[in-house]
Amino acid sequence: MTDPRHDHFALFDLPPRFALDEASLEQAYRRVQAEVHPDRFAAAGAAERRVAMQWSARANEAFRTLRSPLARAAYLCERHGQPIEAESNTAMPAAFLMQQMQWREELDEARTGEREAAQALAREVEARRDEVLARVASALDERHDYADAAAGVRELHFIDRFRDELAAYLSDDSTPEGGH
Amino acid sequence: MALLQLAEPGQSAAPHQHRLAVGIDLGTTNSLVATVRHGLAEVLRDEESRALLPSIVRYLPDGTTEVGHVAQAHQASDPRNTIVSVKRFMGRGVKDVAHVENLPYDFVDAPGMLQIKTVAGIKSPVEVSAEILRMLRRRAEQSLGGELVGAVVTVPAYFDDAQRQATRDAARLAGLNVLRLLNEPTAAALAYGLDNAAEGIYAIYDLGGGTFDMSILKLTQGVFEVLATGGDSALGGDDFDHRVYCWALEQANLSLLPPSDQRLLTVKARAAKEALSSKPTTTLQARLSSGQWVNLSIGADAFAGMTQHLVAKTLAASRKALADAGLKAADVKGVVLVGGATRMPHVRRAVAELFGREPLTDIDPDQVVAVGAAMQANVLAGNRIVGDDWLLLDVIPLSLGLETMGGLVEKIVARNSTIPIARAQEFTTFKDGQTAMAIHVVQGERELVDDCRSLARFELRGIPPMAAGAARIRVTFQVDADGLLAVSARETTSGVEASVTVKPSYGLHDDDITRMLAESMGSAEADMQARALRELQVEAKRLLEATQQALATDRDLLDDAEFNRIAARMTELVERAGAGDTAALKLAIDRLAHGTEELAARRMDRSIRAALAGRRVDDVLAK
Repeated sequence: MTDPRHDHFALFDLPPRFALDEASLEQAYRRVQAEVHPDRFAAAGAAERRVAMQWSARANEAFRTLRSPLARAAYLCERHGQPIEAESNTAMPAAFLMQQMQWREELDEARTGEREAAQALAREVEARRDEVLARVASALDERHDYADAAAGVRELHFIDRFRDELAAYLSDDSTPEGGH
Repeated sequence: MALLQLAEPGQSAAPHQHRLAVGIDLGTTNSLVATVRHGLAEVLRDEESRALLPSIVRYLPDGTTEVGHVAQAHQASDPRNTIVSVKRFMGRGVKDVAHVENLPYDFVDAPGMLQIKTVAGIKSPVEVSAEILRMLRRRAEQSLGGELVGAVVTVPAYFDDAQRQATRDAARLAGLNVLRLLNEPTAAALAYGLDNAAEGIYAIYDLGGGTFDMSILKLTQGVFEVLATGGDSALGGDDFDHRVYCWALEQANLSLLPPSDQRLLTVKARAAKEALSSKPTTTLQARLSSGQWVNLSIGADAFAGMTQHLVAKTLAASRKALADAGLKAADVKGVVLVGGATRMPHVRRAVAELFGREPLTDIDPDQVVAVGAAMQANVLAGNRIVGDDWLLLDVIPLSLGLETMGGLVEKIVARNSTIPIARAQEFTTFKDGQTAMAIHVVQGERELVDDCRSLARFELRGIPPMAAGAARIRVTFQVDADGLLAVSARETTSGVEASVTVKPSYGLHDDDITRMLAESMGSAEADMQARALRELQVEAKRLLEATQQALATDRDLLDDAEFNRIAARMTELVERAGAGDTAALKLAIDRLAHGTEELAARRMDRSIRAALAGRRVDDVLAK
């Protein structure tokens, strides 16, 4: 588990927890890339160039995973034997599904009505997302209830898909940035 | 022989002498070569002290070629055989090329990439580009007084895999050892960042002759991290010329023109565009082959008006790159202008307005890419100076995926992923007893396969017959630091493993390259063999030096048996290198390379641990 060849946290010498200091992660990532990037081995032998490419790709994958709270949470769940399996495991609590339905109806209404309604919905989604993330964080780092964390991650997948749709709608007719 | 003088295994080799390496900006309109000499990057000039080599190649009936200014002088008199802006055709089919009806060439639509029929035979854009690169290589070797160890060749950041592959093939065809394909805006950022020791978010707006790139970079303590890139690989200064050309046709009531007049009027249109960068009005005068005179006056405002939609396209791509990076225009600390087309005042105004700040232009926009490429080439060739360290982390510009049921695309690698990257995804069979699976690799952002670029098709065969859905086919995409893709597929449930690795079909096969090399050098097979042997000897030397270096620093990672095995293979390689047997030498190289793989892995492990331990020491010191 702690072999940097296989474990994302070990690769960056970080504690395997959800709570994470982003600055430390970025610094460790840059440090590792500075050692393993193929540019460091452009004049080396074929074996070293190949190993460098593999390690550098590993570091990129680990950084991508740990940097995103959702991907990091999913990774921790998997690490504790609770894979997310977002495609196959779609059974969600009834209350959650009801809320999703309600959001989608509100978005449909917002499309034909006031822009403010969509903005209010966006704030609500954001607040809900923060709540679920906090629940996942406590499940992982404090309660060590990995099944509950995995359930939270699955909910977040749904929330984020809806959030993307909403963001796409909101940015669609917004004025271009800059120019002031 | 001097080539293989070495220290004893385990002892430090002699300090490296300076290795000759260059950066090449292979542009749509002009190309340049630069190098680092005495610690300073400089553009290398021809005998007449000109830095820019027009990217123009003329084919003559006797099979010889003219490149650069000489070819440029004939572009209107011999338009069919004088190829301009060949970069637009790299990795492209006839249907991909805009305004093909206005081009004077005799196109042949070959699979994957178009070809051009010239008086000297059918030429691929790869061969035409190789002529330009060969010229630059000659210029560099003459001015540096020796053979090049390698070159960094730049490509537009928005180039897809087919275009990158074609560029690398052209460089190989020109006899260059490609150290790296480097994205043009990243090269420019390197030149700027090191000049100014910049930190923060920078945007590079690169409008060249035929391509547009917008890259957003984050600079932190010598690390150049590309956050997002956007652009259009078929939008550049040429399109502005074309607008003026069309306008001139309209104004002068002209319709179909012979090729020489088309070329003449295009040249005049470009001259008018360039004149308007420094004055409010200019005239466009040309005498057509019919004897008719075209005499038109054009103002800067009219020019800005007729090309506004092109500028708008670049701004849209810039906003998209910003959004992909999760940033706003106000987050950007500096905007760098790259490419000759950014001299147009209305382009500068538009960029300044988008970012709310005046763009930086201190380095010549024509030279900045070559300068950055030269700096990177110097480091990659092994001329690294301690303390003068930087790292480039670049991204892939367009998503990569596979065709799935119903002509839909399943994305495997998302655009703006940092490279190198390796990602795998599992698929399964959909019929009972299915023993083969077709794999179609595509690149692009759209949902439908038909809207993306097809890169490669191959078939995984030999899957043991199983019930539908029982097979587990793992498809792995690997993008290396040059941004080049390799795909492999493997059935994982059964003991039987079928696997295949492909290079995208737009690239040339190795035997094509060898054949073209032979043709271009007009040499006999014996020459080719001598060349192959010499290349292997260079490779052997490089491998021996690298192994020597590894043993000098990390001998303790090996037990005696392991050390002796490597030492024996080194001795074997030294002997083979002197013997002149190509096949035996190749084998000895492979044996040593293979024999040092575990050492390479352990060394990497050690350096990562050391790097992270260093961080802890720093933290302690900071407190």
